[in-house]
Order: sequence, then structure tokens, then C-alpha cells
Amino acid sequence: MEEHIVIIGNGISGVTAARHIRKLSDKKITIVSAETDYFFSRTALMYIYMGHMTFEHTQPYENWFWEKNRIELKKGYVKTVDSDSKTLHFEGGESLNYDKLIIATGSKPNKFGWPGQDLKGVMGLYHKQDLDSLEKHAPDNKTCKHAVIVGGGLIGIELAEMLNSRNIPVTFLVREKSFWNGVLPQGESEMINRHIKNHHIDLRLNTNLKEIVSDENGQVKSVIIEETGEEIPCTVVGLTAGVSPSIDFLKNSKIETNKGVKVNRFLETNIPDVFAIGDCAEQEEAIDQRPPIEAVWYTGRMMGEVLAQTICGNRMAYNPGHWFNSAKFLDIEYQTYGWVHGLKGRPGYENHFHWKHDDDTKCITIAFHENTNQFLGINTFGIRMKHETFDGWLTEKRDIDYVVQHLAEANFDPEFYKTYEKDILESYKNQFQPA
Amino acid sequence: MSDKQNHSMSLTTPDTNALSGKQKAAVFLGVSGLFILALAVFNTNFPNKTLFLILALGLITAGTILLSNSLYLDKLEGIKNDGIWFKSLTSRGVLAWIIGIVLTGFYIVLYFFPQYLGQGSNGEANSGLITLFDPLSFLLSGRPASQWFVYGTLYTLAILIFGYKYILKYRHNRYQQLRTVSVMFFQLAFAFLIPEFMARLNESPDYNLPYYDIKSMWPLNYYLFDGWSINGFLSSGYLGLGLLIFGVLSIFVVSPILTYKYGKRWYCSWVCGCGGLAETAGDSFRQLSSKKLSAWKLERWLIHTVLVFSVIMTTAVVYSYLGDDSSKYWLTRSTFLIGVGVLLTLVFALTFIFKRHALAKDAKYGAIGFFIIIAALFIMYFTGNSDKLFFIKSSSLRSAYGLYIGSIFSGVVGTGFYPILGNRVWCRFGCPMAAILGFQQRLFSKFRITTNGGQCISCGNCSTYCEMGIDVRAYAQKGENIVRSSCVGCGVCSAVCPRGVLKLENDTMKGRINSNDVLLGNDVDLMDLVNQK
Repeated sequence: MEEHIVIIGNGISGVTAARHIRKLSDKKITIVSAETDYFFSRTALMYIYMGHMTFEHTQPYENWFWEKNRIELKKGYVKTVDSDSKTLHFEGGESLNYDKLIIATGSKPNKFGWPGQDLKGVMGLYHKQDLDSLEKHAPDNKTCKHAVIVGGGLIGIELAEMLNSRNIPVTFLVREKSFWNGVLPQGESEMINRHIKNHHIDLRLNTNLKEIVSDENGQVKSVIIEETGEEIPCTVVGLTAGVSPSIDFLKNSKIETNKGVKVNRFLETNIPDVFAIGDCAEQEEAIDQRPPIEAVWYTGRMMGEVLAQTICGNRMAYNPGHWFNSAKFLDIEYQTYGWVHGLKGRPGYENHFHWKHDDDTKCITIAFHENTNQFLGINTFGIRMKHETFDGWLTEKRDIDYVVQHLAEANFDPEFYKTYEKDILESYKNQFQPA
Repeated sequence: MSDKQNHSMSLTTPDTNALSGKQKAAVFLGVSGLFILALAVFNTNFPNKTLFLILALGLITAGTILLSNSLYLDKLEGIKNDGIWFKSLTSRGVLAWIIGIVLTGFYIVLYFFPQYLGQGSNGEANSGLITLFDPLSFLLSGRPASQWFVYGTLYTLAILIFGYKYILKYRHNRYQQLRTVSVMFFQLAFAFLIPEFMARLNESPDYNLPYYDIKSMWPLNYYLFDGWSINGFLSSGYLGLGLLIFGVLSIFVVSPILTYKYGKRWYCSWVCGCGGLAETAGDSFRQLSSKKLSAWKLERWLIHTVLVFSVIMTTAVVYSYLGDDSSKYWLTRSTFLIGVGVLLTLVFALTFIFKRHALAKDAKYGAIGFFIIIAALFIMYFTGNSDKLFFIKSSSLRSAYGLYIGSIFSGVVGTGFYPILGNRVWCRFGCPMAAILGFQQRLFSKFRITTNGGQCISCGNCSTYCEMGIDVRAYAQKGENIVRSSCVGCGVCSAVCPRGVLKLENDTMKGRINSNDVLLGNDVDLMDLVNQK
């Protein structure tokens, strides 16, 4: 009898682990999910609401894929995990035995105890069910005359773009004095502020939510602003103030948790044969400058790849390379390679070179070491750049002069696009090499 | 499931995707232009044909321009796919079916019942819609209009006005703009105007040129080597001979060079008229192509069968008008057949010697199967088991090809079904030219779409908007280059990618078809490990 691997969660981490275990072995694999029947791309939920795609389009594998690859799918909500008897207990009373367990349950939207945060019409944007709820409460601008979004991060701006696509007026409450400025350097963050406003989104900086007000039916009626006391009438409130691991079902288990499921570099928990990957895993010690919990698409994928090796007899540590990420702010694409810090966590030695195009939709920031001039990272907005090139430069510890002079090698924009490397070089010389 | 989807079967979308007042006015203008054309079909006698023709085409143009301006110019530059799957027209709703049926009906009438458009038979004068176009036809070629002139004019107009719309839609993207200007130019100049001017030349007794769109290559232009066409070229002096030589060179020399350097896109999405219509008027339907694995399988068998059919048909047609006596003309039936046989054997042999590792199992079986069929036909001919080449009269082969492939597949299904099956049905499943270019693109070209390290989030925009039904995401999420026969290089996958993952490139052949199973981001050991397998 082959070993039975049970994976809780059918997101990118769990599915990647399953696929790679299948490639490497004949083990029995079961994926458990309460969210959807099949794997879909969570990051694409916004495009369903915007009408760019249907839900089916967000599923990377056709439905026959799972049976063909002998990956069993079980729909159900795991209520408790008994690691002594290696048994999962489901909400409906069923149970399932495992030989090895992979916890890949992802995140849930943060709620910070705001009055009214559980009213009808209040939602996050993470699960398929959140999308369904949004579709119900904000199908068009007659049903939803106004929406308020609380929390200025990546999901907040996506939700603003979504509502905007259906011409629903949006007020966007951001606690910070500039959009996502904990992460983005000032020049970039301010450019995005302007871009948001150009889309006719009512961006309110330095603004906190005080409470969400209910009507007589338990439905959102308005929100009240902390600073001014202003009441903004609305029927939908999006809570997008970050996410945290979705691990409530482990509370009474022997598996050690903090914010997330505690794992070592081998993604092992304190209990033998129980592993955790993806958004819900919390590294005992942070790796490099990465946070101990990384809620990012590709880290989930990489953890799945690594754990599949371990489970198939080749014990391997999770060892992510240089940091990178990407996002899209309405019409502006953003990529980052290496570390460029905003207000949060910027080391004293990190100096920045910033260039911005006159059209206010393109800019870059290159971070470098003040004393050694070593290239530390780049943020690029509106210009596509090559991951591989920067990964190489970071490994080779190039200096900023080299990077600015060879920037054209990293260009990944489509053919015939205007290039800006010369402009950037000029600007660099003016800022850092006065004649 | 998103509730929104259910609205797609309703004609009137009740909410945000409804047209604004300005847009409704624009649609009204365009429809009135079409209405004039419809009146002409029913033989309305317009007092002044020139005026009404200008009015009809002018209203259609004005309507489309105003609609495009209103759709795109008021908004910031960027991807404009909001609501695509909620609109009846673009999500196989009622409107899509109505337009699909009308278009299909138009093609059936055009090909099989041109008398309803007013084409006179047996020397009768034309009437109806066709005579409405007389003023323009006289202006260009000095002849009265025909059904094909009407079709050509409307076709060219569609590419021009929807090309304008496309350019506005992608006004942040120069690749999209340039290739659209290119297809607009080639359609207007090469497919529409030059053949009309060639007809002017034919007024002189020295010229007898056949209709010839010089950018349209054999086998897409399957009638190039028909007897009447060859006779026409050969009786038109040096110009005729020159054009014929260009026609042969373009398929055997020009196309292989350009396809090697740039992939099949140089033709399919920069030059071709079928591609031109698909990319402009058909752009709203690109998301409807099937991405299923089963559709890909069907595609590979169907398109290569059409190619084999067209090769056999053309060979038989040329054979039928050649003689046996080498003292009269150097090219005899036997020399021609031997030539074709040698060429096909060479292509087959070279592919299997140098590229067999790049072919999937079913592609190998297919190639061997087709080769055996053709070889058997040749052997039977030369061993005298059959007096007719390939058993069937060449004229029957030719007319079957013209009917089933030339008319029904490329016209009725290929364009009529745009709103149901997507805009590249013909290009994907039927075009023999695309099959040849694709064959070369897969095996011998510098073109590929590269992916950007580990940035893919598997969202699926690229696959959804691929008009050729390629599951682009399946490659992108593995960090694998996309090297597919069917890719026409439209560049839309790259445009709609929200993470900057895809790029169309011409680079060296080495390492073009890679297969990283682990993406950049993990440490190097793991990548090596998995890639070693």
C-alpha cells in the first residue's frame, strides 16, 4: 500500500506539492478543500468581476487533469486534526486518515475589531466566496451606489479597480499619508496616489475607519471616519487591511502555531509527518530580509516544489533566492527585484536613485549601498524588466554604475516600445556624478 | 458562479455595460449605413448611386469612428477588457448568435446565390446591391462592379474602420499599432487597389492578367496555379511573367526567409487579409477560441489534412494542363511530378533527419501517414495502375477544394462564425498557408515568446485572449518558452499580462525550446535537480 499524502488546501502551494509528488512518486494523494471543487488562480478573482474572464478561465488545469494524474479531490471543511491517530475530522462528521499531512490552507482577510465589521455588505477579497458576496452586493451601480475600501495595500487597490470597472463610485481609505508607502519609496507611492485619483477614485490618505454603521436589516448603511467624524453613505465595505494565516482549525491540535503554523527550513512542523507550506506557514527564523510569513504567489509555489522533494525521500530545505515580486496598480505594472525599501525597515546604508518619466506613469528606483555602491534592488513602474538579468546582477554583486549603464539588457517591454535607458542614465549622471 | 454571467443571454444588459447616449448615436449611424446597403439588396432604385454609396459607406465609417472614440479616448491608456464576458455580443449571447447567423447568411448568398445580391447571370445586367457599387468600380477599374468587388470593398472597409478602433484600444502599445497599420495598408493597397489597377491594364490587348493579390501566396491563394490564371500571366508580357515568378518566389524563397527571421507573424498578423480581418473586425471575439486539449488535437489533424489536400489538388491541376512532349515545352507531366515528388521527399527526409526529436509522437505518425499516402499515389501513377492522376479528375478535385475549403471553410465558417467560435477558426483549423508557416515556425525559426523568470501568477489572461486557442499560461507558469506552430504572433498575450511575463522575441535557435520545470527564484540546486530528470 502506497503512503497516503493528504493536503489541506487546493491553492497554488498545495497543488504544486501534489503535482510534484506525483511526478516523483506513486504515492496516494488527496487534496482537501472547502472552497472550490478545483484549483483556480486566486490572483485572477478580480478579472472575473471585471468581466475579463469567467471563473473557468482561472483554472489552470482542465477538470480531467486530476483523475488522469491520480490526485483525489475531496470537498470538505477540516474541523480538527488528531496527529496522534493521524486523522482529520470534517465538519460533517466524516474522517480521513493520512500518513503524511501537508497544511496549505492559505490566509484570511484581517479584521481589526471595527464596530460593524461583520455586517451584511462587509467583505474581504480573498476567497471565491468573497467574490460571490461582492457580486451579490455590488452587481452594478444601481444596487451599490457607493463603496468604501479600508486599507491601502495590493488587495485594496485591486478592489478599487474592480468596482471602478462597473462604474461604482469608490472611496478608498488609506491609513498612511501616501499609498503603500511602507513598502514603496516616496516618489513611487506619490505617483500611484495621482494615478488612483486620475481614475476618479476618491482616495483619502491619513484616514482611518472608526465604525461601520448598520441599517435596520443588519446591512451596511455608512461608515464613519475616525479623524473627521464624517459619515460616508455606502452599501459595500471592502476590508483589505492585509491577510493572516487561516489556521483556526489547528487551535486544539498538538501542532505548534504562532501567527501561522511554525515550521523549520524543511517546512516541518513540531509533529513528525506534518508539514506546512504557503501563506499559512511561519518560518521559525526569517530567511534573509523576507518576513517569516510570506503571502506571495510564487513562494507558495516554491515551498510546494521543495516539500515534494522532501516527501519523496530527498530531504531539502526551503531556500528562496533573491526577493522579487510584481503587481499592477490600475494601468501601471510594477515589478521589484532585490530589496528597495519604503518607510518600513529601510537600513541606514540604503540609498536610492529615482527616475520618473514626465507622463507620470513610469518610474524606477534603484537601491544601492551608500558606501560600497553595491546594487541592492530595483523597483520598476510602467517598464517591464527581466527577472533573470537582475537575479544575475544581485548574485554577482554589481555596483549601481554597472546596473544603470547596462539597464537596456534588462528591458522586457514589447518590441517597438520607446526605451528610456538613455534618459535614465542622464538623470543618474546629473544626480550622482556632478561634473 | 458569478451571477453576472447569466445576463449574457439577454439583449439589453441592464447595468454598467450599457452604451452611453453618444455610443448609441454612433451605433445608429453605422446601422443606418448598413440599412442603405440592405435597401439596395431589395432593389431600391436610388436616384443617385454615387451619393447613396458614399452615404452608406460614410455612415458606417463615421459610426465606427465615433463609437471607438467614445469607447477609448475618454479613458486612460491601458487594457480595455472590462465587461467582455458580460456583453451579449462578446460572450455568445443572443446578439452574437444574431450577428453570426446574419454573417453566415451573407457568405452563403455571396458564394452560392450571388443573384440575390444582384449579380446578373447569362449576360444579364447586374442590379441591386452590386450596381450600387458601380460608381466606385468604374472609378477604379473602369468596369461595372461584381459580387467580388462589393465583397472586397466591404472587407477592406471593415479592416480600415475596425483597424482604427483597434489602434485606439491599444494606444499604449506600439507593437499592436504598427502591425494594425500594416494589415490596413496591405489590405487597401495589395488586396484591393492594385488588382483593380491591374484590371485597368487589361483594357489593353497586351494584358490579360488574372485577379491577383500579390501578397496572397499559394496555397492560401489556391487558384494561383489554375490553368486560366497561368494562361493569364503568360499572355501578359513581362509583367505577367514577373508576377508569376514573384508568386513562386514568394512561397519558396521570400516566405521561408522571413519566417525564419520573424516567425509566421510576419505574414499572419502583419500582412495577411484573413488575419487582417480577424485582428480588426474579429478582435472582439478572440476570447471565444477553445483552449481545450481536445481542440488542439483536432486542430493539428485538420489543418495538416487541408494542407495535404491542397498540395494534391494543385499538383493534379497543374498536371492536367501540362503536356507529355518535352520537345514542345520543357515542363512536362513527368518532370513536374518528379519535381513535386523530390521536393516533398526532401522536406520529409530533412525534417526526420534533423528535427525528429522536436516532433511529438502523433506528429511523426501523421507526417509518415501523409507521406505514405502521397508516395502511394505517385507510385501508382508511374507504375501505370491508374490512368488518371490520383484516380480523380483534377477538375473535380479542384472544384471540391474550392467549394469545401475555399468557400465553406474559410468564408462561411471562418468568418460567419466569428461571434461563436472566435476570430481565427480558419487560420487555426483550416489555412494550408498557416500550416506551412507553422511547420517552419515550430522547427526552423528564431521566433519564440519568452517568459519572465518566476513572475507568472497563472491568472489566465494570456490563454483567455489567445485567439489561436493556445494555453499560453501552461507554458508561462512553468517558465517555458512558447514555440507553437499555430502562434500568429499577435502579441495580445503579452499585452494583457498583468505581471509583465511574456515577450515576443527573435533570437538564436539554440535553446529556443526549453523546458524548465522549476522557475527562477528557488536556489540553483533545486533547479538543477529537477531539470536533470
